[in-house]
Amino acid sequence: MTDITAGGVSAPLRRVEFDTPAAKARLRGRYRSEARFKSYGIIALCIAATFLIALLASIFSRGIPGFFQHYLVTEVLVDAAKIDPQGKGDAATLRAGDYTAVARAALAEAVPGVEGRQMKKELNSLLSSGAGDALREQVIANPSLVGQRIKVPLLLADEADLFLKDSGTKLLVLSETRGIATPSAKTGEITILVGANDFADDIAVVKAELKALAASIDETVALRKERGATPESLDSLVKEAVELRRRYDAAATSETLDSKTASRLVAINGGIVKIKEMSPTSVKGEVILPLKSTDDAAPGTWGIRVYETPESNRNLNDLGVTFLEELKAKGLVESQFNFAFFTRGDSREAELAGIQGALVGSILTLLVTIGLCLPIGVLAAIYLEEFAPKNWITELIEININNLAAVPSIVFGLLGLAVFLNFFGMPRSAPLVGGLVLALLVLPTIIIASRAALKSVPPSIREAALGVGASKQQAVFHHVLPLAMPGIMTGTIIGMAHALGETAPLLMIGMVAFIVDVPSTLSQSATVLPVQIFLWSDLPEPAFKMKTAAAIMVLLAVLFVMNGLAIWLRKKFERRW
Amino acid sequence: MNKATLLAVSIVSGLALTTAAEARDQIRVVGSSTVYPFTTAVAEQFGKSSGGKTPVVESTGTGGGMKIFCEGVGVDKADATNASRRIKKSEFELCDKNGVKDIIELMVGYDGLTLAHSKEGAKIALTRKQVFQALAEKVPNDKGELVDNPYKNWSDIDPSLPNIKIEVLGPPPTSGTRDSFHELFMEKGAEGFDTLKDMKKKDEEAKTKDFEKVWKSMRKDGAYVEAGENDNVIVQKLAGNKNAFGIFGFSFLEENADKLVGVSIEGAEPTFENISAGKYKGARPLFVYFKKAHIGVIPGLDKFIAEYTSEKALGAEGYLTEKGLVALPKDAFEKSAKAANDGMTLKADELK
Repeated sequence: MTDITAGGVSAPLRRVEFDTPAAKARLRGRYRSEARFKSYGIIALCIAATFLIALLASIFSRGIPGFFQHYLVTEVLVDAAKIDPQGKGDAATLRAGDYTAVARAALAEAVPGVEGRQMKKELNSLLSSGAGDALREQVIANPSLVGQRIKVPLLLADEADLFLKDSGTKLLVLSETRGIATPSAKTGEITILVGANDFADDIAVVKAELKALAASIDETVALRKERGATPESLDSLVKEAVELRRRYDAAATSETLDSKTASRLVAINGGIVKIKEMSPTSVKGEVILPLKSTDDAAPGTWGIRVYETPESNRNLNDLGVTFLEELKAKGLVESQFNFAFFTRGDSREAELAGIQGALVGSILTLLVTIGLCLPIGVLAAIYLEEFAPKNWITELIEININNLAAVPSIVFGLLGLAVFLNFFGMPRSAPLVGGLVLALLVLPTIIIASRAALKSVPPSIREAALGVGASKQQAVFHHVLPLAMPGIMTGTIIGMAHALGETAPLLMIGMVAFIVDVPSTLSQSATVLPVQIFLWSDLPEPAFKMKTAAAIMVLLAVLFVMNGLAIWLRKKFERRW
Repeated sequence: MNKATLLAVSIVSGLALTTAAEARDQIRVVGSSTVYPFTTAVAEQFGKSSGGKTPVVESTGTGGGMKIFCEGVGVDKADATNASRRIKKSEFELCDKNGVKDIIELMVGYDGLTLAHSKEGAKIALTRKQVFQALAEKVPNDKGELVDNPYKNWSDIDPSLPNIKIEVLGPPPTSGTRDSFHELFMEKGAEGFDTLKDMKKKDEEAKTKDFEKVWKSMRKDGAYVEAGENDNVIVQKLAGNKNAFGIFGFSFLEENADKLVGVSIEGAEPTFENISAGKYKGARPLFVYFKKAHIGVIPGLDKFIAEYTSEKALGAEGYLTEKGLVALPKDAFEKSAKAANDGMTLKADELK
């Protein structure tokens, strides 16, 4: 095009001076302006890229751990007494068996000697309430497992999993050699005696911690005094600081440890004792893991462990940390890819929650949407573009379609509630209704995209077809439509991607819901991916944050696949004229 | 094209099939997003132990849930609704009008509304009157006249409070938590002023709403920041700003106890024990309402009520307490559970 006009136009004769200083300055100015514009473009691109990278990095760094899960991999005795006491062996009995008890027994075996109700409760709380679920399926599939010992992964609870993932506290093992230590008993509250001033240094460390605590309280008090706080209101703080100081100043005879300072434990004779009180020559404490004997422990065979984060600043208490460390030391804790995340529905336990329900719900919903949108949208576009007379009615329709594309999505939800649920009496929360509502939402987009695609087919194609005697319908369906198809497909897939990300209209028709069972038909209750993300992000348990990010990654992956498909279709069927 | 038409036809026929009324074997619950985490936990347990379908629990908000609940009786209507406040008389009447005559009320426990801040910040104790002074748009001055809120720092309200800027992050007006905050903190705080008390009396006589306007208006000069419906966002923001305070449910405080501390209100800290015993003033009761007419029609509804009211769910050691619900004291729990299981229904004169 350009060279034709350049050659064809005869410009009026006019001398143009290119080498005057003014012209050179103008030229330089134009180059500068162009360079500036380019650099603006690059800067804008860089800023956008930075945001995108920051966003993706934050989602991926949080989401990737969500795809992994810690398991206790240990030998489990599939106890017939707990699962099938009468030896019936039918599926119903096997299903009703107490698999939690089986899993707990295996845990108790892995951490032997835990006594007392509170301690057992703490130990059992490390296991997920669904720890036996996988085992149940295995046993039902293979009833001969009853009575056998098999090695299976048992799911750990979300708190334990989270602790292992971001290692909630730093574990220090103090290794300097101390003298001989003598424990007074194997379980319960015991005293451990040592010869020399073995704990003097440790007490000094605890005292230093107390001093630091007191100093931080002092700071608060001073700050608030300075700002006019009444002495009464500071009383309790001052008292606390005085008490801490008194403990710091007192002779290093004995020191109590509480949840505000780092936790200290003694590992001795195969057991672990949580220190409650320490003096230079002895410690008093509670046995967490029982000792094998009360024999003297030789120097070097026993030591002190420190959990640096104070207990009150952790989600898992000393008992839990000790049990987990014990399991880890035995090599029984394993991080595995969480396949269950893709095969389960929603759950209120973070470690059991899966995305399959939402994924299937999204697919069913989109099937309805595309099944309605594609034929209706394309036919409407063909009629409006190729057949409709150009008068004020079609003009009005055109304007309305363009306006509909800009209507907020919640309005379509309200429409769906009024028409599909209340008037037609369709079931709430069903993918069918969701699909219908989303179809209304993306229909304008598809009509507009399809019309643009039809318009871009050169008129010569139509004219040629008509010229050889084809009817208008034949010209459109045999020649124009196939050529417009790539554009129509691209528009449709982008419309579908839009529908995939919608939550607002679904709120009205009851798809913002907790649904455990994975749907299999269009009228069953279901939810969709973005709604699942929204619901998980709102739950208090920290482990759900990870699940939220992981679900976002799944949604992004689906979107990438859909957009990739759009590009592939366009490239494959694209024609150039 | 043919395939697409076929698909469309099949969908339309599928649509026609589903519109025919069908028996329902799945319990449907709607309502409050505050009760949602608890009802879902019960629903999941119920689904596991019964072997049937797990109930569907929608999160629609208390008001929205009541509307759906009161639509009528029948297999296409919801069976129960969660509520973060008691059913209103107007809602009860709406239900009654639509044929929902027998409603079973179950009080499940309490949700403590907490003001909390980062562990790194200075610990403070407040009264509800001080909270009102900090956050209301108009507060009474020394002479008792209503003026635009002059307080910039906490120490301006009371010298014993720290001299830091008032900055409170909380939910937007659309949230049920915000409604409770107004009722539990702002209204009660406003009643601490004699002039406002007089105003309340006048309102009752003259049927005006001046007093309500005072405690329902939050300041808009930046001291109160609407941080969105999502409590986790507020928690995250608090961890980054040690001088800011946040308003959210007790379960969020409990789950984030490693980072946050609750502000004690009128001398009582927001702890499980204090809320359960009624000592902490910022707590609200949570309810679930069931349709009596649906028991026996929707399979498993009576067992679902039994699961909800069981000791292992609602008791002081139950699994709901692990999810952050503050259980009722023992005798109140037993009374509430018995009433629900016996199918005792609500009477209009119990409500206001």
